[in-house]
Amino acid sequence: MTNQDKQKPVLTVRNLCVYYETPKGDILAVDGINFELFEGETLGLVGESGCGKSTAAMGILQLVVEPGRIAAGEVILEGKNLLGLPEEEVRQMRWVKLALIPQGAMNSLNPTMTVSAQIKDVIVAHEGRHALKDIKPRILDLLATVGLPGRIVDMFPHELSGGMKQRVCIAMAIAMNPAVIIADESTSALDVVVQRIVAQTLLKVKEQLGVSMIMIGHDMGLMAQMVDRVAVMYAGKIVEIAPVKALFADPKHPYSQLLIESVPSLRERKPLRITEGITHDPRNPPPGCIFQLRCPHVMEQCRQVAPPMRTNKAGQQVACYLYDQSEDGELIHARVAPGNT
Amino acid sequence: MATIAAPNRTASPPAPTARVAKRMGRFNRWDTPWFNSKLIIGVVIIAIILLLGVLGQFLWNTKLARTGYSDLNMPPVGLTYTSGMDSLTGTWTNPLGTESSGRDMLALLLVGTPNALLVGLIAGAVGMGVGIVLGFIAGFLGGRVDNVIRLISDVSITIPSLMVLIVIQSIIRSVELSTIALLIAAFAWPSPTRLIRGQVLSMRESGYIQMAKLSGASTFDIMFKEIMPNLIPYLFASFIGNATGAILAAVGLETLGLGPQRIPTLGGTINLAINGSALLRNMWWWWMLPALVLAIVFIGLLLINLGFDEVANPRLRKSSQ
Amino acid sequence: MPESLLEIRNATKVYKQRGSGGTRKDVVALQNFSLDIPKNPASIITIAGESGSGKTTLAQVILGFVRLSSGQIIYDGQDMSNANPAQLKNYRRQVQAVFQDPFGVYNPFYRVEHVFNTVIHNFKLASDKSKARSMIEEALNIVGLHGEDVLRKYPHQLSGGQRQRIMMARAYMVKPKLIVADEPVSMVDSSLRATILDVMMRLKNDAGISFVYITHDLSTAYQIGDKIFILYQGGVAETGNTVKVIDHPKHPYVQLLVSSVPEPDPDIKWEGEITLPPEEEMRSSVNSGCRFYPRCPRRSNRCLEAQPSLYHIEDEHDAACFLYESVPGGKPVPAAKSALETT
Repeated sequence: MTNQDKQKPVLTVRNLCVYYETPKGDILAVDGINFELFEGETLGLVGESGCGKSTAAMGILQLVVEPGRIAAGEVILEGKNLLGLPEEEVRQMRWVKLALIPQGAMNSLNPTMTVSAQIKDVIVAHEGRHALKDIKPRILDLLATVGLPGRIVDMFPHELSGGMKQRVCIAMAIAMNPAVIIADESTSALDVVVQRIVAQTLLKVKEQLGVSMIMIGHDMGLMAQMVDRVAVMYAGKIVEIAPVKALFADPKHPYSQLLIESVPSLRERKPLRITEGITHDPRNPPPGCIFQLRCPHVMEQCRQVAPPMRTNKAGQQVACYLYDQSEDGELIHARVAPGNT
Repeated sequence: MATIAAPNRTASPPAPTARVAKRMGRFNRWDTPWFNSKLIIGVVIIAIILLLGVLGQFLWNTKLARTGYSDLNMPPVGLTYTSGMDSLTGTWTNPLGTESSGRDMLALLLVGTPNALLVGLIAGAVGMGVGIVLGFIAGFLGGRVDNVIRLISDVSITIPSLMVLIVIQSIIRSVELSTIALLIAAFAWPSPTRLIRGQVLSMRESGYIQMAKLSGASTFDIMFKEIMPNLIPYLFASFIGNATGAILAAVGLETLGLGPQRIPTLGGTINLAINGSALLRNMWWWWMLPALVLAIVFIGLLLINLGFDEVANPRLRKSSQ
Repeated sequence: MPESLLEIRNATKVYKQRGSGGTRKDVVALQNFSLDIPKNPASIITIAGESGSGKTTLAQVILGFVRLSSGQIIYDGQDMSNANPAQLKNYRRQVQAVFQDPFGVYNPFYRVEHVFNTVIHNFKLASDKSKARSMIEEALNIVGLHGEDVLRKYPHQLSGGQRQRIMMARAYMVKPKLIVADEPVSMVDSSLRATILDVMMRLKNDAGISFVYITHDLSTAYQIGDKIFILYQGGVAETGNTVKVIDHPKHPYVQLLVSSVPEPDPDIKWEGEITLPPEEEMRSSVNSGCRFYPRCPRRSNRCLEAQPSLYHIEDEHDAACFLYESVPGGKPVPAAKSALETT
């Protein structure tokens, strides 16, 4: 496990808020999230659908379109706040410093262009036409990194299988050697074996190039295999950030506990854990803790003020009144009377 | 679940950055796609025309559209027209002037315009009717029936309809308005057929059709209760397009002198204007007024079509201003 | 009185296609598939496989949307290929389905109650409106929903989980004997999957409805399945009791599959790297011999000679692999002729 005191964060997100306008009020899709991505690590962003994880990725990349808008926050990459920069500078940073593998990436390949034409497109768009000189070996090199044979350069997307298309998208994302890659559900539509291959490709890429990655998804099994730390999101807020082993072994936030328990595994048959989805109206979240409506341990104070994020020395953070910070920086169970709904 | 006290939300979210503020618009409660400007203006135009058509006979003496009921060659009110040694000034009796046979322009417009719309309506409706039936059969049954229908409709589309209509009209000579409408309809059915067939084909494979089969629905049920309701937007849009084309064809025929001779039509008026050397004689009101009205009709129909496109295809909508 | 509810015998489905250059390239979607669902007790039979394995074809065949090229489907003793319309309608009533896409199964023109009303009307389930309403309410309560919340809404106003549960309620309301669930949870958010799977278990236990559960997700299959069939490119690779097959897979493909499922435990990572052989090798379906040959780490020349039949490994556990051809005490399950041999 990396000692985070020595690492410097390559991406810092502070109080990012992304809201969507609707006739009945704003939907608080992302409501003040804070996290840091350290160099060389993979951070997993998990949560159920509707929790705002994809919106957060769009917000970081400044790709939010109407009716959404970035209402507040800072996204600091290499010392610059992306949210304050003019559009042209952001465009230059996008892809070169910060790349995205979007959801359904394999469907975003242009069906009328060959693989090499598309990768060429990406490179030329960011480096200018003089990059065309040595482009052929560069493309082959990229494809080799993702484990694809060189002969696919002249193929069209429809001639490739799902896994291959996904790996082409990964190749496009790493073409500019970015510092950060955000992978949004990059293996969701693939078969199990192909999913493993693509996931292992991502890991290999990460090691070879030393990129830092944010992996967005809801498959806890994949998270366990691929990430170093996990941030758990619920209804627009981050409720817990923990190293992956700690999260699986001892999830602190009640929602994390729910998530971990409801993952089916191949090791044992156990009774299914029933949950509901996000139950409150995203336009009108309850005051106080965002999870109070579903929490089995809810207390009076949870309803008034949202719990602050408490950290311990190992970098584990949780926003829940069940925990207090002790003097030596550990998280201990708070001494409160058990609550009832 | 415990009841929650009314949330104490802060007045508004934190102030957005300058760049973002520019993009925000006022959010309008009336912002439904149906209220887009194109659709409204188009509907208003056509409504006015229809209204004039219905009420025209009560507002103005339409008998004046016949020959000889008014003075000849009068210009519109207030203008003076000199030809040779005569000098005529327009009066309020014929506010839009008259033409060389003494027909009053205003009366002509009031009678001719609804006729033009009527042609479009009849031809559009008949074309649609045939198109629905054939398209449905072809799309739903598939196989040989589909192949036959598709062959006929594809071939029909390639036939230059106006040319054939010209030939037919020049042979038949004296026609009624309804005859023209039906002839045009005979060429209007292939497009709706193809459109409906395409839609039925794609809907046939959808999940809810499979569900309907599992629910014991008969073929009839599936066609009329499941597929048909979803076709209505396409039917409407297709109808407007067809009507526009039909009006254009009819006007084209009339302008060439092949339209109905006994009743006043806009195209017919233009034909007479050309034959009566209106251009040479500087009697611009004779040909320009009908042309202008026709232009307005087409613009109205086009706007309705475009407006409808915006409703059907959300990507064409502009963001709220 | 026949003991089995649904019996599928040597079902084969071949799609004839024109390949490039005018050559005929047939795609064998399903090959010699046999299945026997007993009437009692109700069970959940899992059909697991990846894309191209034939599981969707199987669903379509059972539901009667696709005709078999050869083989039989026998429901309650009646061969369905020569069933009269009354028997077909009866079949429709007794075999229902829940599909993968929770949105496409709703006609966007109607409110949600339309799916219930059509069934009630066509199968004459209720004699008047109030009885119909209470039937619907009972079915919705079983899946954890209330009529007043959902019936008057349009499909796009509900969440995927709710829509899928409503489909389950609709299937239950017909009181079928068998429900074919084709990937019912793959398009539903993972936190809501347990609810739907729980509904399936309860319908099985309390209402005696058997399920054919088709999925690519072995974890959910492991949780709720009784018997499992793992398909590979149209043929059965391994079958038997779910726990036995997944705990101790014998067929190399199934071993690969089980080891590739990401285990939600950070201490247990995937071992080793796997690569896929080039696409052409994969696609040129091996005309004779085992379909898994190009990818198999334990292949031999024997595997090219003929397709392996299902060999018995132990009680409630068979695998189609020559490795087990001569397992002591077991005898090969009689295999029908390969479909390709007849063309």
